[in-house]
Amino acid sequence: MATVWVFVQESDGAPSTLGLELLTKARTLGDVTALYVGEGSESAFATVGEYGASAVYHLTPADALVSGPVAAAIAGLVAEHSPDLILFGQAYDDRDVAGRLAARLERTVLSNAVDVSLGDTVAATHEIFGGAQLAMSTITGERPYLVLARPKSFEAEPSGGPAPTVTPVDLPDVGAAAARVTGSHVEEKEGPQLEEAAVIVSGGRGLGSAEKYALIEAVAKPLRAATGATRAIVDAGWVPYAKQVGQTGKTVKPAVYIAAGISGAMQHLVGMKDSKTIIAINKDPEAPIFSVADLGIVGDVNSVLPKLAEELERS
Amino acid sequence: MKVVVCVKQIPDPASEYTLEPDSHWLVRPTEQVLDDTDRYGVEMGLQLAQEAEGGTVTLVSMGPAGNMQGIRQALAMGADKAVVVDDAELRGSDALTTARILAAAIRREGFDLVIAGTESTDGYSGVVPQMVAELLDVPALTYATSVEIAETVTIHRQTMSGYDTVEAALPALVSVTAGVVEPRYPTFKGIMDAKKKPVDTLTVSDLDVDPVIDQKVTEVTPAPERSAGTIVEDDGEGHLAIIAKLRELKVI
Ligand SMILES: Cc1cc2nc3c(=O)[nH]c(=O)nc-3n(C[C@H](O)[C@H](O)[C@H](O)COP(=O)(O)OP(=O)(O)OC[C@H]3O[C@@H](n4cnc5c(N)ncnc54)[C@H](O)[C@@H]3O)c2cc1C
Ligand SMILES: Nc1ncnc2c1ncn2[C@@H]1O[C@H](COP(=O)(O)O)[C@@H](O)[C@H]1O
Repeated sequence: MATVWVFVQESDGAPSTLGLELLTKARTLGDVTALYVGEGSESAFATVGEYGASAVYHLTPADALVSGPVAAAIAGLVAEHSPDLILFGQAYDDRDVAGRLAARLERTVLSNAVDVSLGDTVAATHEIFGGAQLAMSTITGERPYLVLARPKSFEAEPSGGPAPTVTPVDLPDVGAAAARVTGSHVEEKEGPQLEEAAVIVSGGRGLGSAEKYALIEAVAKPLRAATGATRAIVDAGWVPYAKQVGQTGKTVKPAVYIAAGISGAMQHLVGMKDSKTIIAINKDPEAPIFSVADLGIVGDVNSVLPKLAEELERS
Repeated sequence: MKVVVCVKQIPDPASEYTLEPDSHWLVRPTEQVLDDTDRYGVEMGLQLAQEAEGGTVTLVSMGPAGNMQGIRQALAMGADKAVVVDDAELRGSDALTTARILAAAIRREGFDLVIAGTESTDGYSGVVPQMVAELLDVPALTYATSVEIAETVTIHRQTMSGYDTVEAALPALVSVTAGVVEPRYPTFKGIMDAKKKPVDTLTVSDLDVDPVIDQKVTEVTPAPERSAGTIVEDDGEGHLAIIAKLRELKVI
């Protein structure tokens, strides 16, 4: 049986949803070990077991920047145990660790996978051109194969596995490659979160200015919806990165996604096109967002959104 | 201070991207543009080099050089020189091969700070900078929304909940987001000067790297498309169509 390792990062004291998605997939491919990064706890490890890991390597980077020491430690484990495949998510720390590990092991990394299979070699389906096309790739050469899978590619489902054996792993000193996290700034998380909300209202550059994002919030509130954004307005500093939907932000699949003043670039669509119903408001009838919208309103957000908010408040 | 910025030339994103039939490699026309993502790295590099006395900015790029238009764009912003690695052997390079070539070219130039984007527009593997950092044995301060250099380098590293402050000694690599600085537009003088700036073109044999390409694309298919629905012109009542839809879906 193949040995599959899964990178699982802790989020708010529990394994991240992305980690659980990867574990769910991994257990269809072989015997699963989790590379658990974070404080860890009995209940966190139990969850990892429930989703299919029979063993856990526990890595605790404390105030070190994760990538250097964690990649070095995993490289040590690989030399000792020779896994066939290591699965990561397409997320910040995952990318950093996978990249450094790949360079250490002299194996490449396959990014943006939405599906992966393991036979004589590894084969993965991955998105290219911002998600407009799907490519199938294989990696030849020695194992382990390293694959980064996009969030929401697999649905997280517990298998009812028992508590795994947990082995703490020492993090080596990486000398000149070390960096320290000296502070953490946490932005207020108010209201429904993007990953869980049944309804999402997102805004783009078409809003015109940071202040106009209030129009999005006004529509979201009566719907108890989460608020999202395009990268354009995150980069412009109008809203925090946590709100970004798309290729380099969050992947969401709500029942209803309302896109206001969003052009519908491939890199945005890839993060929301699996929403059940898409409603778009854009003043340009040619905007690509209309090609995926179930309902499109050709109009000005400054006029449509305030009226919509008012009507929602009333009903 | 010696700053090296990794920049990529890509086919104009406004044009349709196509793949070569059997290899599935991206078709790269003679005239390519500077990846917009890398304008932020170039600007950041220029600002940091200016703050440090006698700072210089060198561009490093791998890929079909074509007519170098994209490289000239970055030189026109103010970078001092460029090193472009162009070799037919590198067509279809995977992320690791790309990183090994870049790292070798960077080491050859010497550096205090390497700057890269967070993900390229055409390939977006999102791992090349981290690989380069490991190969150079320096820290990778990634996803920076601000960069400061004193004795050490300190960044704000974007996170899902806000940002972390991360600090490391130089030499180091920093990957920057598009929020880090506002890139300048080249001036007329910049564009004229860029024509005279040195551009070294290297091949694999100039670098001590044996390119092994392990990732092969075997098949490409269009992603499943969603079909469009009803489009309504807003006549002042457009919001009511949304209300009706939300009712139909039992959201309200
Ligand atoms: C590697 C890479 C990764 C990326 N990742 C992401 C990602 O994760 N998420 C993401 O969103 N983007 C991402 N992008 C950026 C993406 O390509 C687009 O640039 C971005 O999505 C555009 O945002 P926007 O729709 O807000 O802005 P624009 O494209 O500028 O569109 C604004 C729209 O508003 C409309 N408009 C203007 N005024 C009004 C008005 N008064 N009323 C109604 N409509 C109006 C316009 O017609 C236009 O369609 C990425 C790009 C790259 C290269
Ligand atoms: N061929 C290349 N030449 C120069 N820089 C590159 C190249 N490929 C990637 N990079 C750098 O690495 C960053 C991330 O690219 P990628 O890993 O392809 O998403 C880019 O923004 C560039 O700064």
